[in-house]
Amino acid sequence: MQKPTTCATRPLPPPVEVRALRKLYRDVAAVDGITFALQKGSITALLGGNGAGKTTTISMLMGLVVPTEGEARVFGIDMARERHKVLHRMNFESPYVDVPMRLTVRQNLEVFARLYGVRDIKGSIAAMAEELRLSELLERPYGKLSAGQKTRVSLAKALLNKPELLLLDEPTASLDPDTADWVRSVLAAYCQHRAATVVLASHNMAEVERLADRVIMLEKGRVIADEPPPELIQRFGRANLEEVFLAIARRGGESAERAP
Amino acid sequence: MIRSVETHAGHLREQTTIAASAGRIWGMVLRYWYVIRSSWPRTAELIYWPLVQMLMWGFLQSYLAQTTSLAARAAGLFIGAVLLWDILVRSQLGFAVAFLEEIWSRNLGHLMMSPLRPSELVAALMVVSLIKLMVAMIPVAVLAYCFFGFNVLSLGFAFAAFFANLIIMSWSLGLVSTGVVLRWGLGAESFAWLIVFVLLPLCCVYYPVAVLPAWLQPLALALPPTYVFEGLRAIVERGAWVSDLMLRALALNMVYFSLGFVAFRYFLQSARIHGTLVQMGE
Repeated sequence: MQKPTTCATRPLPPPVEVRALRKLYRDVAAVDGITFALQKGSITALLGGNGAGKTTTISMLMGLVVPTEGEARVFGIDMARERHKVLHRMNFESPYVDVPMRLTVRQNLEVFARLYGVRDIKGSIAAMAEELRLSELLERPYGKLSAGQKTRVSLAKALLNKPELLLLDEPTASLDPDTADWVRSVLAAYCQHRAATVVLASHNMAEVERLADRVIMLEKGRVIADEPPPELIQRFGRANLEEVFLAIARRGGESAERAP
Repeated sequence: MIRSVETHAGHLREQTTIAASAGRIWGMVLRYWYVIRSSWPRTAELIYWPLVQMLMWGFLQSYLAQTTSLAARAAGLFIGAVLLWDILVRSQLGFAVAFLEEIWSRNLGHLMMSPLRPSELVAALMVVSLIKLMVAMIPVAVLAYCFFGFNVLSLGFAFAAFFANLIIMSWSLGLVSTGVVLRWGLGAESFAWLIVFVLLPLCCVYYPVAVLPAWLQPLALALPPTYVFEGLRAIVERGAWVSDLMLRALALNMVYFSLGFVAFRYFLQSARIHGTLVQMGE
């Protein structure tokens, strides 16, 4: 007689799950009750003007900011309480956070490889340097690199642990168009090969249109739109995402929609 | 492009073992060691103030020895005191400045986002404070012997006890000062630089506790370094080794270190609530 199955296999939790998330700074709501979940392998853009709540949302996803209410879960883990269980599975890149200037590129990557517990440190750095065109820069201090070179180093740091969840805060800000395009190609290729989930905060609408398969638009800490870029553009009756963004920013969400 | 992604399956170590924790601590120690190694002015700066202090107090001691019988009897008292005081100061600054480096270089976000745990960061800062202390104090101790014939190692086991008690106290101060900077940002940076100097008059570096007003003496006796400097005077002036002083200092240090770690954790959590971790920079 066949033994009955006593417990069904639990479905894996979504890589990111945000429920009724709220963050108050004194009386001001930086994030005001947002809810969404991201599928594995998706690239989701968080859009919104300055102060819309993008950085606060990403910070709560990293566990650097504790929510006032609600939950931010990554791989099923509450980031306010148990973030260390999943931090090795994620990484972060932002032009507004640097690595130590005096250390060489190799030293910086070695330090972060040790923090993330990378097994083959030398091999991983060599492979990453080759893929991100950093081989000739490895022995140079990070502080003496150009903005584009620094972005490549930050990207190498962000991909060193092969993260399943990548949080990107304006990854191509202040880059020339050629370097920015190259960075987008690297990110797209990485996500395709690893089925990694990406959360992207950006003010570059062309970048979002190219990379993201979903847009969550925030205004005053609330979600005012949540759909794929083509549908968003169609719903608002605009030519591209930038026009949608401008329409929302200038006239507010619902009134910005054009009748079909 | 991104070929290594597919060929490095299982590329991360187990995260929860002691070895993994040691690996992260070692990573942070390397990070600070690379900074020390990359800049000779920084290394010179580590040695500069202890050297100036040692020379100044050493020459003063030599002068007083010619004019007063007490100073003549207690040769090495001032130099010993200044060397021990510098152990406390340099170790606390080594701890706090290593942490401040993360804010100055805008790297704190990366560290806080990494698997590095707060206790591992603290452990790394403790190791780095020891390394910086060695870099600063070994040349100065050698020069103290060359110039004034004062051999700090002649204190024997007492020196080990003094050293341990001062180091633990410096870490407690380092924990509180870095916690305050975590919570209030670089606006509180001066606190990290100055906190240790509050102890200078209170822990009786150059004079006995009995010199203090009666109402201030209990406060002095609540500070572990006071027992170290009292112990130094007991050895140099009377040749007495007072082990109970060191035990009292150690017991107090355990309390202060525990309070320091609790304060650090409290300020870190407070920084996560108030959002200051993501707002720090130069």
